[in-house]
Amino acid sequence: MLPIISAEGLGKTYRISHLTRTESYRTFREELMRKPARLWQRAKNALHGGAVLAAETSEDIWALRDVSFSIDAGEVVGIIGRNGAGKTTLLKVLSRITEPSAGRVTVSGRVASLLEVGTGFHPELTGRENIFLNGAILGMTRADIRERFDEIVAFAEVEKFLDTPVKRYSSGMYVRLAFAVAAHLEPDILVVDEVLAVGDAQFQKKCLGKMREVSGREGRTVLFVSHQMGMITSLCSRGILLEGGQIAFDGGAAEAVAKYYTRSDGAPFAVDYTKLAKAVGDQFATLQQAWIEDANGQRTGEIDIRSGFEIRMRYRLHDKSPKSPAPQFHLYNAQGICAFATVGEPPTEMVEGVYESRCRIPGNFLNNDTYFVDVALAYYHAGVHVSFHERGALTLVIFDPIEETLNTRSRRGYSGPVGGIVRPQFNWETVRAS
Amino acid sequence: MQQRRSQRSALVIEPGSLARLLWRDLWSYRELFFVLAWRDVSVRYKQTIIGVLWAVMRPFLTMVVFTVIFGRLAGFPSEAGAPYALLVFAALLPWNLFATSLADAGNSLVGNSNLISKVYFPRLIIPAAAIVTSLVDFAVSLGILLGLMVWYRFVPGWQLLLLPLFTALAALAAFGPGLYLASMTAKYRDFRFIIPFALQLGLYISPIGFSADVVPEKWRLIYSLNPLVGVIDGFRWCILRGDGAFNWQSLLTAAAVTAAMLWLGFRRFRDTEGTFADVI
Repeated sequence: MLPIISAEGLGKTYRISHLTRTESYRTFREELMRKPARLWQRAKNALHGGAVLAAETSEDIWALRDVSFSIDAGEVVGIIGRNGAGKTTLLKVLSRITEPSAGRVTVSGRVASLLEVGTGFHPELTGRENIFLNGAILGMTRADIRERFDEIVAFAEVEKFLDTPVKRYSSGMYVRLAFAVAAHLEPDILVVDEVLAVGDAQFQKKCLGKMREVSGREGRTVLFVSHQMGMITSLCSRGILLEGGQIAFDGGAAEAVAKYYTRSDGAPFAVDYTKLAKAVGDQFATLQQAWIEDANGQRTGEIDIRSGFEIRMRYRLHDKSPKSPAPQFHLYNAQGICAFATVGEPPTEMVEGVYESRCRIPGNFLNNDTYFVDVALAYYHAGVHVSFHERGALTLVIFDPIEETLNTRSRRGYSGPVGGIVRPQFNWETVRAS
Repeated sequence: MQQRRSQRSALVIEPGSLARLLWRDLWSYRELFFVLAWRDVSVRYKQTIIGVLWAVMRPFLTMVVFTVIFGRLAGFPSEAGAPYALLVFAALLPWNLFATSLADAGNSLVGNSNLISKVYFPRLIIPAAAIVTSLVDFAVSLGILLGLMVWYRFVPGWQLLLLPLFTALAALAAFGPGLYLASMTAKYRDFRFIIPFALQLGLYISPIGFSADVVPEKWRLIYSLNPLVGVIDGFRWCILRGDGAFNWQSLLTAAAVTAAMLWLGFRRFRDTEGTFADVI
């Protein structure tokens, strides 16, 4: 049988210019000024006896390079990799949002891409209207939508609010409705980016169940990007690990996840997003840096279980940013289980500028384990708006120096593993009761 | 179901495939075009009172001002004995259609950047759908025209039946430059500042507050390079009973300029379409 997707030598370059790197978009004014600026630079170089033809100030970045694979109908493939490894670019090329710069993909079937929940939802329109709008955007025909309308509404549990504009929806209802439309897509190939991470746990489970049902029963092909390794191993049969835009591993899902972890050794405890080809964020806010800092103010990824530390993020709020963003960190362990999610409460009146949010996490709280930190910033009014959400952006290793802690309260001479995602030391009291 | 039918054909995605498959895609995404047009219209008229009021008041007030300034104060002559207010309104109709179409189409890509970066569909749909909203506003303004005709007891002739033709010409005249501007604003955001400026100039260099007959004969050809001259001549001919002779010269010039701009705008749009998701 012919593969349903086959990619040969796929490549995608982005041109990044050093002059405009900090800007999220370009202006014509800059473009006009660039030529004179360059001439001036050259003239200066010439005067100083340097090379007249200085190097260009822009460079091409390969977001994908020489990627080849083929996928058979019915396969559920997880695509994993660090940030900037090219996962989203690959999905965007497959769903035709952006054109490849080299190579080709042959797709024999209808592709629906789900890169965001509720793409195109309009706050002024009612739930009913948004179902039709979103369905059409995702590639359903009116007849399809009408046929599944009741099912979608039941799935989303919003019957009572069908004729209410979605701007009055709670964020939970908004996400549920958006998911419900997506869950009822019936393409041959479903391309899903990291969207299942929003919404409450129960609804997530429902969506996963629906996806599993769809891919199992009807032999749908699914390409799935996630940082939640638990999801990859439970949902996918095959895993493709991307590194620096190239395929580092292609095989069983569990094996790919294992490779991901072993290769992530020395994974970052500090990330500088201003160095990436594309800004992380949107029109409201862009993420600049995130890092972990120990009690002495040193940037490090290894923290003694007994001492506190800080996770910090630095971001720029743009002039259109709504008033109160909610910066947050989510910590996951290697099994993809969320240890906790914590949301900051910055001042309510924040103007345009660069901000740093710090979350102080006490010692004797996390267990000795490796944690992956999501760095996110969201706005909670008129539905959830996520400006950025970098999954597994930072890696945090909590170590327990046994020779020192063995005889302290946390171990009391016990040297084996201590269970639990966290290992807090709560206040205990032991009194004589009788 | 459409989803099943298209299953057989294999799609090859490679550099340049967007442009190659454009016509096929436009056809298969035709439904999205209607849905996006419906969205734009229903959002605009959602607050019914304000939506309709806006569409009514804007051309009406402009007409009053122009009639007073050009008809009364400057004393320009009307055409074919028609009331000056009708002369002005017959020009404001296509002008507003042109202006809102151009502005909406030009800003449409940036306004829909969330869609462009998350889903594929032929991007041409977005500016095209934006024009539909302007056509709806235009239809509302036709209601005012009707009211004016009743007020002045002015009975139009058979020429009115040709109005849709000139309406299409006005929309197409806006679509070409609209495509060009949309493509430019996607890449350079400051390009959108050009649109209101150009439209402001256009309002005065187009024969809206006055009849094109005011322009001296030897300048007429150059003057009619502005496609709105031909469109407005046509509108006045249709609405004011065409007592004045039909101006073929301005119509043909307008058609030629419109076609050339459509071609330029379309080519620019098609050549840059593949990069919209990357630059927007």
